[in-house]
Amino acid sequence: MKNNLFTYTLRIADDSLILGQRLSEWCGHGPIIEEDIALTNIALDLIGQATSLLEYAAVAENKGRSADDLAFLRFENQYFNTQLVEQKNGDFAVTIVRQWIFDTFRLPFYEALQHSSDKQLAAIAEKSLKETKYHWKHSSEWIIRMGDGTEESNKRVNDALILLWKFSDELFYMDDVDKELISQGIAVDLETLRPAFNERIHYVLQQATLQLPDSKWKLSGGRQGRHTEHFGHLIAEMQYMQRAYPNMEW
Amino acid sequence: MKEQNLADLEAAFNEKLKQDIRIEPKDWMPDAYRKTLIRQISQHAHSEIVGMLPEGNWITRAPNLRRKAVLLAKVQDEAGHGQYLYSAMETLGFSREQSIDDMHTGKAKYSSIFNYPTLTWADMGAVGWLVDGAAIMNQVPLCRTSYGPYARAMVRICKEESFHQRQGYEIMCTLMKGSEDQKAMAQDALNRFWWPALMMFGPSDAESTHTQQSIDWKIKRHTNDELRQMFVDASVPQAQLIGLTIPDPDLKWNEERGHYDFGEIDWEEFKQVVSGNGPCNAERIAARVKAKEEGMWVREAAMAYAEKKKAKKAS
Repeated sequence: MKNNLFTYTLRIADDSLILGQRLSEWCGHGPIIEEDIALTNIALDLIGQATSLLEYAAVAENKGRSADDLAFLRFENQYFNTQLVEQKNGDFAVTIVRQWIFDTFRLPFYEALQHSSDKQLAAIAEKSLKETKYHWKHSSEWIIRMGDGTEESNKRVNDALILLWKFSDELFYMDDVDKELISQGIAVDLETLRPAFNERIHYVLQQATLQLPDSKWKLSGGRQGRHTEHFGHLIAEMQYMQRAYPNMEW
Repeated sequence: MKEQNLADLEAAFNEKLKQDIRIEPKDWMPDAYRKTLIRQISQHAHSEIVGMLPEGNWITRAPNLRRKAVLLAKVQDEAGHGQYLYSAMETLGFSREQSIDDMHTGKAKYSSIFNYPTLTWADMGAVGWLVDGAAIMNQVPLCRTSYGPYARAMVRICKEESFHQRQGYEIMCTLMKGSEDQKAMAQDALNRFWWPALMMFGPSDAESTHTQQSIDWKIKRHTNDELRQMFVDASVPQAQLIGLTIPDPDLKWNEERGHYDFGEIDWEEFKQVVSGNGPCNAERIAARVKAKEEGMWVREAAMAYAEKKKAKKAS
């Protein structure tokens, strides 16, 4: 039998886990100390969210796997994060645009999920929402600073938007897993989040003197376990210890 | 008249030191005292910032979610310490930017320990246990240092360092309870980090050019050799407790002194690493310079935006 709650929770968890992993690559290399602190802090929040969600996914699965087993011992096509979050850090503009698109989605998502009939998901959402508000404020402020900063920063943030916007639609991906759980009051109907998402996107872009790219072409596949080429490298690095030294306590 | 004034100011400064009253940014202080503090605080701040690199090297490969979160938190603390210390240094009239440039050109130093590579996960244990442990020995007395902003920064920093030291030791404890591979990994990390950790206390008292003056000014409260001895005395039993062997054939408890005797540090290695020839000196500086250069446009954008906002407000 399909385990919808497991899959649903895992998808949310993987977005946090993979973005947290990506952000932690910045540690010690940020453009100013304050950003080293901020990016590390956001990474830490995301790893924390991933941990709570993976622990719950492990319970929902009920096959004796732990949160760490789920984080470190799946194959590439068994991760269900969106392709957006696995994209490489690039320059600071790419990192911030990736973060901002994600935060702008996560904000209304957690707002809705905190009313889930599943108490555990609701509790995780409530806690994560507080963090996400800060993340969104941080990333939005940088979008505005870069957009309305110098000619170079405007170009870089614009290039980043062109690079990443095509991955944004996958955040709204839904299939039978979602539909089943929406009918039980557990999952969020992501279509209902679009107005809030679009409004926030346009509100920030307007202040940043930026526009969305013209292309309407969208990429997806992550939710079915199909990833981009760099993803294999990301998990090879992340799983190194667990693969090299199986079944050990650390 | 002028000379008389200067003599009065100096007398007042010395009287404050004598009575253990903190010197504050607006107080008069001898130029040499100011320079010594700028050198020491900036060196300390640079160490925090460069120190993020060897541990940052393992965040993406941390073996489980808990360790990943703890390591992230630790490295974030270090960035915070750096920021805090640069602020303390700026109260002495020296800018963070100038100070960072001095580090990049090699004019300003940072702790030589960060020029050693972190090769295995056990190094995260060894660094936390020994490097943060040695830092605590150095830093706890600095909570009573004579310059107010530095002393206050150190109070906060020491609280976090003590957590860092325990998390490092806990990694070592876990490894020593594990498989043969894990035990070997822990011992290997200790073998590589023990001597560099002892070098963190700086040259021996006989060779130290700054110690006596710093002690007279109550910037430093103990000599390098005193602190090194305290560190050895504290660390040896911790190693023994979990079955690790300190890589020093001359290490022996001296009943008469009530301290451990230990072997001679390789001072030539110390000299080489301090003067830029350690295994990672070039890499560490290159990483920091790269971060600065690649971040230039970000800082410029932030400044340009702030200017625009200010202009709008004014109009």
